[in-house]
Amino acid sequence: MEDNETSGGDEPHVPSPTVWPIGFAIGIATLLVGLIVNPLWISTIGAAIAIVFGVLWARAATSELRGRPVEVEPERRDLTATAAPAGAAATAPPAPGETFPRNRFLEGTTLGLGALIGGVLTVPVAGFALLPAFLKQKKFVVDLGSISDYAEGQWYVTTFTVDPTEVEVSRRTAFIRNNGLIATGGKQAPSFTIISNRCVHLGCPVQANGPSGAILGMKTVRPQTPHSAVSAVPSVPAGFGCPCHGGQYDTEGNRTAGPPVRALDRYDYSIANGRLLLTSRYSVSKVDGTGAQAKIHKYKSVGPGEHVDGWEQIFYPLNPPHN
Amino acid sequence: MLALVNYPIDWLEERSGLIGGLRYFLFRNVPSDTNWMQTLGSATLTAFIVQAVTGVILAMYYKPTPGEAYKSIQNITDSLTLGWLVRGMHKWGASVFIILLFLHMGRVFLFGAYKYPRELNWIVGVLLLLMGLLEGFTGYLLPWDQTAYWATVVGINLNGTAPWLGPWLAQFLRGGQEIGADTLTRFYSIHMLLIPGAIIALIVLHLYLVVRLGVTSPPWSKEAAGMERDGQPSRRLRRGLTRPAPRPAGGRD
Repeated sequence: MEDNETSGGDEPHVPSPTVWPIGFAIGIATLLVGLIVNPLWISTIGAAIAIVFGVLWARAATSELRGRPVEVEPERRDLTATAAPAGAAATAPPAPGETFPRNRFLEGTTLGLGALIGGVLTVPVAGFALLPAFLKQKKFVVDLGSISDYAEGQWYVTTFTVDPTEVEVSRRTAFIRNNGLIATGGKQAPSFTIISNRCVHLGCPVQANGPSGAILGMKTVRPQTPHSAVSAVPSVPAGFGCPCHGGQYDTEGNRTAGPPVRALDRYDYSIANGRLLLTSRYSVSKVDGTGAQAKIHKYKSVGPGEHVDGWEQIFYPLNPPHN
Repeated sequence: MLALVNYPIDWLEERSGLIGGLRYFLFRNVPSDTNWMQTLGSATLTAFIVQAVTGVILAMYYKPTPGEAYKSIQNITDSLTLGWLVRGMHKWGASVFIILLFLHMGRVFLFGAYKYPRELNWIVGVLLLLMGLLEGFTGYLLPWDQTAYWATVVGINLNGTAPWLGPWLAQFLRGGQEIGADTLTRFYSIHMLLIPGAIIALIVLHLYLVVRLGVTSPPWSKEAAGMERDGQPSRRLRRGLTRPAPRPAGGRD
């Protein structure tokens, strides 16, 4: 399309577009609002705005009648005329036309603005896709019932729900044994062995190798707890075994056979008002000794299949935030 | 009477060129000794279309929440008219899709059809295979039964044992520390929006390259690897890879 600035004659005469009426309208609106709110100040300001923009609008609308301003050619100096005669052959004359053409500028701004908008949109979306999986992880304390629910020296396959909002999906299983009272710092304190049933090979549910209490005539214990439906099935395990890929563990959770890379994870616990409270899970490389006298080689909680000791631990230097 | 058919077609062609484009896409010269094995790619595409159509309809009845997912699957299978059939098509079609992907890949390998100038199409095909396998992995969780749950636990933890970034990848896939409601919804979203979109884009690219580079002859063929289009000698390909198009005067070969 040709530029129609110079076309004349038959075209209907329309004043060129201008933005001043917007300012004029704002001024009038301010003046009218001021009549209600504060006639002295707001209306005066509104009137001033309206007058300023009205004058500008009028000048713009009548600009064609008043004639165009005279355009002055910028002063130029001819490079080739002033160049030294010896160097004239060596330096090429400047290329004709614009050095930075308009279409190059528009291309650059379009790409640049597109990249900017894309980036501004991508950052929050990518953050939303990735960050919630790693930040603000919920922490839970699970009430497993009274200590007296767990008979001394007896193993219980205990299931409980971790998250009251997710109910059955958050059901976990732990093997719990009450080791009785041990002396710590001159005081008698109860000791528990609480082993997670998640296989440290790939996370399948490890089973107790041995008869469950139902066969031996022992009753399932259902402790009264505030939110999680806890059931503790007595069991007589000779060890623990995984049905998926055959990992085997002894009753302290040490690996005895199969693909697992460390001992079974355990739960930290605390005892308040005679109640057994699960706090968090931790990982274990191995356990020396048994029961209350066990020496547990304890590590931060990591995923199944991750080495916590030995040279292979160099493969897992940084773990995501984990409770 | 014919005008009733021709007029709308001409109308569309004049304004869009789509009919000509479709003819260009469908009516191409292929080597005269192409083999039935070379229909495996189209078969894979058909399997994908079946998955897409049945998947869209299943999504109308499926509810991706821990409390409702398994119930909605039971409802689809047991109560809704023909629900068992559509779910069965989607479930078994998934295996058919993967099997056909591998058969097609094997055909391309044994025919040497991955060689110059078609290496890029092999790479696109490998990406399509990966996307297909990811569809299988994410779709397996959706029935939300014991098999689905524990298979996904093992699958995610398998990723988690990869060195250095594995634990981070596993936690991203779970959407947290443990498999739960967030895992189910994100697998659903990845399974029915993210990966199908990527597959469709890759299929478009795959087919564009097939049309551009032509169909290969079987390895026992006496013909050269492809055929030029009428009046369009291939300028960019190496000489000798395509044979000249048959001359109109000589009749069809």
